[in-house]
Amino acid sequence: MILAQLVLNGLLVGAVYALFSSGLTLIWGMMNVVNFAHGDFVMLAMYVAFFAATLLGWGPAAFVPVAAMALFLLGVLVYLMLVRHVMRGPMLAQILSTFGLALVLRYAALWAFSANFVSLPEDLTGQVVTLGGLRFEPSRVLAGIAALLVTLGLHLLLTRTALGSRLLAVAEDRTAAMLVGIRPDPMQALAWGIGAACTGIAGGLIALFFYVAPSVGESLVLIAFVVVCLGGFGSVPGALVAGLAIGVIESLSAFWVGAAFKDVVVYALFLGALWFRPQGLLGKA
Amino acid sequence: MSGGGMAMTASRGAWGRGVAVLGVLAVLALAALLPFALQDVFHQRIAALVLLAAISASAWNLIGGYAGQVSIGHAVFFGVGAYSALLGYTLFEWPPIAGAPFGILISLVFATIIGLPTFRLRGHYFSMATIAAAELVRILVVNWPLVGGAVGLMGPAVPRSTLDLSFTSPRPYYWTFLGTLTALLLVTHWMSRSRMGFYLRAIKGQERAARSLGVPVQRYKYYALLLSAGFTSLAGSLYALMVGFVDPDSGFGILISVRMVIITALGGVGTLFGPLAGAVILVPLEEWTNATFGGAGTGITYVVYGFVIMLISRFAPGGLAELWRRLQAAGRRHAA
Repeated sequence: MILAQLVLNGLLVGAVYALFSSGLTLIWGMMNVVNFAHGDFVMLAMYVAFFAATLLGWGPAAFVPVAAMALFLLGVLVYLMLVRHVMRGPMLAQILSTFGLALVLRYAALWAFSANFVSLPEDLTGQVVTLGGLRFEPSRVLAGIAALLVTLGLHLLLTRTALGSRLLAVAEDRTAAMLVGIRPDPMQALAWGIGAACTGIAGGLIALFFYVAPSVGESLVLIAFVVVCLGGFGSVPGALVAGLAIGVIESLSAFWVGAAFKDVVVYALFLGALWFRPQGLLGKA
Repeated sequence: MSGGGMAMTASRGAWGRGVAVLGVLAVLALAALLPFALQDVFHQRIAALVLLAAISASAWNLIGGYAGQVSIGHAVFFGVGAYSALLGYTLFEWPPIAGAPFGILISLVFATIIGLPTFRLRGHYFSMATIAAAELVRILVVNWPLVGGAVGLMGPAVPRSTLDLSFTSPRPYYWTFLGTLTALLLVTHWMSRSRMGFYLRAIKGQERAARSLGVPVQRYKYYALLLSAGFTSLAGSLYALMVGFVDPDSGFGILISVRMVIITALGGVGTLFGPLAGAVILVPLEEWTNATFGGAGTGITYVVYGFVIMLISRFAPGGLAELWRRLQAAGRRHAA
């Protein structure tokens, strides 16, 4: 029974991992740029949720969309002011630019909000329900299901709409997309917006049951890297499967190996996977 | 860029080289005398810290700058060096410097292991993998009581003999670091002029092309990483020697890795004196923010670091070295 509980909790957290990793994989797949500040985007969204809930008394139905919009704007801004100028430059400049952004966000947050761990009020989403011996914490269930739906929505947006086709066309071949009349710049700005909005939603949801601190982005960005590498670069379904898997692996290893080592297991898995399948587990060879 | 410089060296010939060597020796002599010009201990200490930062950044520069493999996990080697120095003391009461060779050995083993999965990757992927490898080691160290766990390790509180190399004045450290940095820069200079230097530049420029022209890419990336890891480990040991204390964050923390990258990037990646120039600017800046903002200083320092590297990557990816060349070019145009 405890195993089922661990798997359930892992899947619910994994859905949130899948959501913000989908944002990373979208940006990555479109312009081959890695956002090293991705975890810190999630951290900012968590603080939006925290302040909206504690200062304004808002519920998740209000603060999650607000966090999504705020992060969307941040993503577009980062693309226009920073990424657009370095993405054709040397590799080092690409890596350093978003890494510098990560440092600024993380340590500005540390300065503004202090290093203390805070959390949202616990009664925000209702009481724990026990069903068939499994404990369903409403905050986790809500977060998991919402994240799953948004990730699927992102997949549908990319594969079933004209906008998605334009985005994917730019990802596939920038020059060819320009030849058929798609201007890549707005599309890439939009991809950054959507990618960051994913972290906004994910951050708002994960704050429901996870502590909020300036340092939280550091481990989240590594989780996103692991998920994207395992799922294959640029693949939202891949990120979904890998995100759920990482959630479960983390949950089980926290139980079997100890909570302190759950990240070690995930990173070791990541390095092992890179060694044997550098193109990602679900990626094309 | 380097074409102009090489043509000039050729036209100057042996005489020019003699002048260059004399110039370097003069600068070195001035650098060695600097601690006598700095009267108070505070400034002497900063001068020593500048050199120490320049050592680790120059060591990073071998793989990150010359070979173009942007590691953000070099804290592994730094931490191994620092921990080896103090662990020998904690377990066997060795003088800290005796741990340094072991640190280098362990770092070389680590570099070999880390290279296996990561050298199959290029660009961003390599950077991400090195972060994961370093974080993995850091978490293991935090949870390993033998090496002090989250608390860390202390050196000898009172020097037992001169072998402990524990001095109250920063001057002896300054000279030790100056000697180490000089040796490292000589090795770097020699490397960049040798076959290995040309191979690394080819790998950095276009790895596939280098491979197709017969450059043994993996082997030379390994050589660069091993050389870099060894010197980074030595820098860690020297740090432990001077500070007498190390914990997981000051040894293996991601910011230790980031600092090497930022200092090198500011001065100019893949240039001989870039890391030193970066350290001369950033280390005093760091001390100033720490002194001005007190406890919150660390936070402000890294906000400043973040802005610095965003500005570099946006406007001058080649760092100060590139700005300097641009200025020279502008000067020549003006003169002509």
